[in-house]
Amino acid sequence: MSTTDRSLAPDRTDWTTVRSDFPFLERRIDGQPVIYLDSANTSQKPRQVIDAMSTFMATGYAPINRSAYRMAGEATDAYENARRAVARFVNAPSADEIIFTKNATESINLVATAWGRQNLGEGDVVVLTHMEHHANIVPWHMLAAERGIELRWVPLTADGQLDLTDLDRLLDGAKMFSFTAMSNVLGTLPPVEHLCTAAHAAGAVAFVDACQFVPHNATDVQAWGADLVAFSSHKMCGPSGIGLLWGRMELLDSMPPFIGGGNMIDDVRLDGFTTAPVPAKYEAGTPPIVEAIGLGAAVEYLEAIGMDEVRRHEMELTRYALDTLVGRYGHDITIHGPTNLEVRGGVLSFAFRDIHPHDVSQVLDERNICVRAGHHCAKPLMRLLGANATARASFYLYNTTDDVDALADALDGATDIFGL
Amino acid sequence: MAGLEDLYREIILDHYRSPRNRGELPTPPAVRAEGHNPLCGDEITVFIDVDDSEGEGVVRDVKVSGQGCSISQSSASMMSQAVIGKSVPEVLAVVKRFKGMMSLDTGNDDDTGADEPTIGTGGDGAEHPLGDLEALQGVVKFPVRIKCATLAWNTLLEALDQ
Repeated sequence: MSTTDRSLAPDRTDWTTVRSDFPFLERRIDGQPVIYLDSANTSQKPRQVIDAMSTFMATGYAPINRSAYRMAGEATDAYENARRAVARFVNAPSADEIIFTKNATESINLVATAWGRQNLGEGDVVVLTHMEHHANIVPWHMLAAERGIELRWVPLTADGQLDLTDLDRLLDGAKMFSFTAMSNVLGTLPPVEHLCTAAHAAGAVAFVDACQFVPHNATDVQAWGADLVAFSSHKMCGPSGIGLLWGRMELLDSMPPFIGGGNMIDDVRLDGFTTAPVPAKYEAGTPPIVEAIGLGAAVEYLEAIGMDEVRRHEMELTRYALDTLVGRYGHDITIHGPTNLEVRGGVLSFAFRDIHPHDVSQVLDERNICVRAGHHCAKPLMRLLGANATARASFYLYNTTDDVDALADALDGATDIFGL
Repeated sequence: MAGLEDLYREIILDHYRSPRNRGELPTPPAVRAEGHNPLCGDEITVFIDVDDSEGEGVVRDVKVSGQGCSISQSSASMMSQAVIGKSVPEVLAVVKRFKGMMSLDTGNDDDTGADEPTIGTGGDGAEHPLGDLEALQGVVKFPVRIKCATLAWNTLLEALDQ
C-alpha cells in the first residue's frame, strides 16, 4: 500500500497539498490567514474526514448491531471497518481488542475503574510519572480515595526526561505502571518499550497514555510490549466524541465491564446479566457511530501520507522552530523540554520575557495565531517547572515553516505592548 | 473588531507593572481566601482586614498575592484600591457594579439603585480616581478574559463570607 511506497521515497510528500486538505486553514480573519499551532490540544480535520462523516449521515446512517435490515447491516460494517482501520494503524493483533470509548479520558477511567476495582486494594501500588496529564492522574487519585492505594511518581531530569535512576525501586511491588508516551507539555518521548519491560519485570501491568504519540508517530503496540494503550481520535484528524482503548485480549476478557446497558450484554434476567464478548462488553449503549466513520477516514488519510513522513516533517518543523525562536530571542525565550529531537515531539512550551502566557496568547490571537496558554491539564508538572502557566505552540502535518516565522514575528508585538 | 488597545489600556498596564497593595496580612485579625482560574492556572490570595468595632464593619486593609496575567493582576490591584476604607455594604455594592460591567448580557438586569456608590468614587475622589476600574470595561470585548478580570473579585467575596 501507499504507506510502504512513501517510506521508500521519503521526500515525496507535498506538504502544501496536505495543508490544502484542511478547510479550516483556508479561513481568513480580517483578510489574514489562520495559523493553527494548537494541535496538541486538538487537531484540525481534513476534507476527507468531513466528507466521510457527512456522506454517512446523509445516506448511510442506521443503527448498528441491532436490526436485520440491510442498511443497518451496512452501517454495522462501516463501524467495524473503522475498528479494523484503527487496529491496523497501531498494529494491534486483533480488531476485537480495539474498544471505542467517548474519549481517551474515558479510556483511562475505564481501566482505573474496571481493572482497578478488580485488582487493587488497600496499600496496592500504582506508579505514575511527574509529566502525566490530569486524565492519567485524577482517576488514580479517585481510586486512592476509594480504596487506599499508594501512588508513586517517576521524577524528571532537569531537561524534562524521565529520571529512571530509581525506576526498579519505584516499581517494586507495583501492580500498575501507567505513563504517557509523549508529554503534552514538554514534548518528551519516553522510552516506552523499556518502561513496559520494567513494568513486567516487576509484575505490573503496563498502561500507556498514547494520546500525544499516536497522531504523530508510527505506533506498534506489540513492539512496545504494552498491556493497555489509550488514545484519542480528535488529536489525529478525526472527530471529537470518540476515544480508543487497546488492550491484550486476555486482560480485556478478565476485566469486569465498566458501563452497563444495551449492547454490552449476552443475556439479562431478573436476577442478573452476563456480558457480551469484547469489544461489545465495553461499548454500552449506542456508540459514536458517525464519529467512528470519521475516525476510520482519518486513519486512512494518515496512512496514505505515512506516519514516518509525518514524524519527519514535524521533527524538521521543531528543529526550525527551536533555531528560529532561540536565534531571534536568545535568553528572552525559555523553551521547556529536551533539546534532543530524537526524544522530543513537536510541542513547544515556552516562557517569553516576563510576559504572562495569557497575554502572549492574546497578542498572538491578534494575528490569528492559535496557541494554548495555561497549565495544559498538567498542574503537577507545571509546579515542577515553577510556572503556573506556559504558552504552548504545537505542530502537525499541516503546519509549515511560514507558521513558525509568523509566530516569531508576532512575539515582537508582545514586547511592544508590555515594554519589558 | 476590538483591538488590543481596548484591552491593554495604559492604566491597566500601570497597575500590572506596579501593583498596589501587594503582599499579605497576618491572619487573624485578617482573613484570607484563595482563588484559582482552572482554565489558565492563575492563583490569587486575597487578605482582608475588616474593622467590626462599629456597626456594619469597615475594610481596614486589603492585600493581594499570587500570580496571574496582566488582566487578573491589574484587576486585583484596582480592586484593593476600590475597597479599602469602605463599609462592607459599600464594598458589596462595588463588587456588584463591577460584575455587572463584566457581564455579557446587554439587557443588564442590574438592579443597583442610584443611591449605591459609583465605582471608584467612594471615599474621597482623589484617592480613588474615577475611571481606574472602568478601564477594565474593554475586557468584555474579549469574553475569554472576563474570568481573569473577575478572579480577584470573586475571591474577595469568598473572603468576606468568612
